[in-house]
Amino acid sequence: MSQLVKAPNSAAAAKTGGNTGGGDTHQYLTFTLGSEMFAVGILNVKEIIEYGNLTEIPMMPAFIRGVINLRGAVVPVVDLAARFGGKISDVQRRTCIVIVEVTQEDAKHDIGIMVDAVSEVLEIQSGEIEPPPSFGARIRADFIAGMGKVGGKFVIILQIDRVLSVDEMALLADVTQANPETLAAA
Amino acid sequence: MDEIYGVFAQESRENLTEMEAGLLRMEQGDHDAETINAIFRAAHTIKGGSGVVELHHVEKFTHTLENLLDKLRNGEIEVSSDLITALLKGCDHLNALLVLVEAGNLEPDPVLDEAGVGVAEMLKTFVGGSGSSSDAPKSQKLTETPGGEVHRDGTNVATGDCWHISVRFHEHVLTMGMDPLAFLRYLLNLGEIAHMATVADKMPPADEMNPEACYLGFEISLRSHATKEAIEDVFKFCRDDCDLHILPPNSKLEDYLHLIESLPEESLRLGEILVRSGALTKEELDEGLRRQNAASRLSVGTDIPAPQLGEILVDKKMVQPEIVEAAAAKQKQVAEKKTAEARLIRVQADKLDQLIDLVGELVIAGASANLLAQKSGQGTLVEATSVLSRLVENIRDSALQLRMVQIGETFNKFNRVVRDVSKELGKDIDLIISGAETELDKSVVEKIGDPLMHLVRNALDHGIEPAEVRAANGKPVKGRVELNAFHDSGSIVIEVVDDGGGLKADKIQAKAIEKGIIQPGQTLSEQEIVNLIFEAGFSTMEKVSNLSGRGVGMDVVRRNIQALRGQVDVKTEVGVGSRFVIRLPLTLAIIDGFLTSVGDYSYVIPLDSVVECLELRDDATRGHMLNLRGEVLPFIRLREFFDVEGAPPTRENVVVISAAGRKAGIVVDQLLGEFQTVIKPLGSLFKHLRGIGGSTILGSGEVALILDVQALTQLASQTEERRHPIAHGAPALEAR
Repeated sequence: MSQLVKAPNSAAAAKTGGNTGGGDTHQYLTFTLGSEMFAVGILNVKEIIEYGNLTEIPMMPAFIRGVINLRGAVVPVVDLAARFGGKISDVQRRTCIVIVEVTQEDAKHDIGIMVDAVSEVLEIQSGEIEPPPSFGARIRADFIAGMGKVGGKFVIILQIDRVLSVDEMALLADVTQANPETLAAA
Repeated sequence: MDEIYGVFAQESRENLTEMEAGLLRMEQGDHDAETINAIFRAAHTIKGGSGVVELHHVEKFTHTLENLLDKLRNGEIEVSSDLITALLKGCDHLNALLVLVEAGNLEPDPVLDEAGVGVAEMLKTFVGGSGSSSDAPKSQKLTETPGGEVHRDGTNVATGDCWHISVRFHEHVLTMGMDPLAFLRYLLNLGEIAHMATVADKMPPADEMNPEACYLGFEISLRSHATKEAIEDVFKFCRDDCDLHILPPNSKLEDYLHLIESLPEESLRLGEILVRSGALTKEELDEGLRRQNAASRLSVGTDIPAPQLGEILVDKKMVQPEIVEAAAAKQKQVAEKKTAEARLIRVQADKLDQLIDLVGELVIAGASANLLAQKSGQGTLVEATSVLSRLVENIRDSALQLRMVQIGETFNKFNRVVRDVSKELGKDIDLIISGAETELDKSVVEKIGDPLMHLVRNALDHGIEPAEVRAANGKPVKGRVELNAFHDSGSIVIEVVDDGGGLKADKIQAKAIEKGIIQPGQTLSEQEIVNLIFEAGFSTMEKVSNLSGRGVGMDVVRRNIQALRGQVDVKTEVGVGSRFVIRLPLTLAIIDGFLTSVGDYSYVIPLDSVVECLELRDDATRGHMLNLRGEVLPFIRLREFFDVEGAPPTRENVVVISAAGRKAGIVVDQLLGEFQTVIKPLGSLFKHLRGIGGSTILGSGEVALILDVQALTQLASQTEERRHPIAHGAPALEAR
C-alpha cells in the first residue's frame, strides 16, 4: 500500500526538479499486448500511428508483419507478441504501430512495433525499477531491462535494442527463408 | 579532420593514381615526353600541396621522388624495370603517408618514417648512378655538342626549363605594407626556385640608408609549369611598385641580353648572375655580347640597323627556334589541362544523396498527382501533370547520373596489381580491360574493389599456369587476364576472365568432401561442384602463398557481392580457363518497372527483364511449365510462392522474364502496366531476403515490392530440388 502512495509523490517531486533520493526519473510509454503491460523508454519512441496500409513481405518469419510507408520511408513492422514467442496478434480497433528508433552498430533504424493498445506515458524513478527475474516473465530475460513498479503492479520495461536487434531478426528471417517448411511453425 | 588536409589527401591520391598509371605505361615502353611530364607534374603537385598544408615529412619524401623524376625527365637516367619498381615503391610509401594524413595523424609516424628513409635511399641510388652529368649545368650541353650545333631529340625540350624572373622592388614597397619576401615565398607554390640571386646594388652607404625603404632586387630561376600570367599574378599586388621582367623557359639569348640592357645594373654583373643561375652559359654570354658589340660597331655611321641578336644566335644554331616553339606549345597543353580540371566541381557525397532522396520523393509525389489528375478527368489538368512528369523524369535521370562513375578507375588499379603479382610469381601476364566506361553507382564502385582484387589475384596465382606448363600445353606463354564490364538486363556484369588451367571439378569435389562441405556420395552437377569454391573454408592450393590460399578469399568475395545484392558465378573449362561473372543490381537507382498485382499486393518487375506478357491458359500448362510457342517455359505462381491469401481469379497472367540468359514465367493476377520505380532499400532487417530486390512507394502511398527475378528463379529451382531431391536433372529452372 505504501508504494501506491509513494509513486505519485515522487513523480510530483521529479516534476518540480527535486530529487527524493530514489534516483533519476525517466519517462516510459506503456502499452498492452494481450493482458500484459509493457513499457519502453520514451526517448526511443518517435511516433505512434494507426495500424493500416501494411504490405506483407513474403518468406519472412511471422513476427515480421511487413512494411509501411512512413512519409516516404519504408519502415518494417514487428509483431511484438509474435516476437516474444506468442501468437500472431489480431488486428483490433485499438491496434497501433509505435515507431521506435534503435541504434545498432552506429546505425539508426526506425522500426514499427505492433501493439494491441497504447496506454499512457508514465514516470518511473530508477529506485522503483527491480532487476528482471531470471524466469517467469514469459519472455526472454535479455529482452527485459527491468520491472517497473507502478501502482502496485509490475510493468515490464523492455530492453528495446535487444528486442528489435536487427542482426538477430535478420538471422531469423534468413533461417525462415532457407527452410520454408518452418514458415508455418514460426 | 581539418578540411584542408582532407582535400590535400584526396587530391594527392588522384595525383598518385596518375603517377602510377604513368609509370606503368612507361614500363610498357611508352617513352613519350608527355607521360614523363605528367608523372613529374603529379609528384610536383603533391609536393607543393604538402608544403602548403605544412606536412613537411610528406614534402621531404616527395622531394626525393621528384628529384629522381626530374633526372628521368631530362634523360639523365635510363628507364629500367628496377627504376620503375623503385618509383612505384615510392608511390606506395607516399600512399601510406596519405593514409596517415587522412586518419587525422599529421605528425610523422616513426615506423613509417624509417621505411620512408629506406625507400628514399633506394631512390637516391638511382640519382647517384647518373654520374657527373647530373652536376653539370644543363645548358652546358648546348655548347658541348660538336660544332656548336644543338641536338635535341624532342623529348628533352625541358632542358633549361626555368623561367627567369627579374624583379626590382621600389623603395617605398615596404611602406605600402608589402613584404617582398611574401611574394617570393608565394612563388614556391608555382614551382621550385632553382636559383636566386639578390641584387643589392642600390643599397646606399649605411648612414644614408632608410631602414624603411627596400633597396633589393632579385634574379630568380623558377622551375615551374605555370603560365606567364600565373607568375605575373604572384606580383599582382605590387605590380606598380616594382619592375618585373619575366622570361619564359628556353628564351632566346637575345631576350636575356635585352633584359640585361633594360635593367639598371651593370650589364656584366647581371650577366654573371644569369650565368650563375644557369640561365645562360659563360660562352653564350660572351659570344652574345661580343657579337652584339661587333654588330653595333659595324652599324655606326651607317643607317643599317644592328642585326638582331636572336637572328645571329639562331644563325649560329645556338638556339633552335623549334625549341622555343615546342616550349610554347607545351605551355599551352598544360594550360588546357588545367581548364579541363576546373570544369569539375567537388561535391560532398551526402549532399548528392540528399538530392537524390528528394528527387525520389518528387517522383512519388508526381505519380500520385498524376493519378489524381486522371481520376478527375479534366483534360487540361492531365496535360499539365504529364508535362510535369516528363520534366520530373528528366530531373531524375540527371540526378542519378551525378552519382554514376565509370568503373575504369577501379579497373586501372589492377594494372599495377597484375604487374606486381606476375613479377612476384615469375609469370608473364597481360591485363586486358574492356568496358571501362561502364557506369555504375559510386557506392557500388567503392565496394566492388575488394572482391575484384581477390578474384584477380586468384586468377593470377591459381588460374594462370607457370610458363613451362603453358608452353607444354601448346598455349601462348604469355598469360591473359581480362576485366570486362557491361550492362545486361537491368544489372551490371563484371567479369574476371583468365586463360589458365581452369577449375578441376574432381579436385574440388574431393577437397569439399575432405573439408566436410559436402557428403561423400552426394550427387552434384558440375556447375554446382565448381561453385563450391565460394563456400567458407575452401582452398585447393596446397601451398599457402601470401597472395591467396588462405581459404577465405572466395568466401569473402561471395559475401561482399551478396551484400551488394549481387551474385557471383564461375564458368570454367579445364585447360582453357575460368570466367568469374559478377552480377550487380543497380541499387539506389530509379528504374522503370512493370507493375503487377497478386491479391491485395502489388509487385514490380524490373522492365528490363520483362520479355512479354500473356494470358495463362490451363490447356497449355503442365505442372509448373507451359508451352510458349513450342518452347518449354517454367513458371512461378507468385500467389503460391509468396503465400498470398485468397483464391486466384479466373483469369491469370504470365509475365515472361529473362534473367541471366534464362527465360521463366511469373504468374500474377493482374498486369497494371509500366511504372517508374524509386527503389527504397528494405533495410538491414531484410538483408538476407532473396527474391525481392527492394520496395517502392506507389502513388496511392502503398508499398510495393520489387522482385529480383534472377534470385527468384534460383530460389524457385532450389525449392523444387528440395521437394524432389531424387528427381535431379528434371527440368528444374537451374538446368536451363
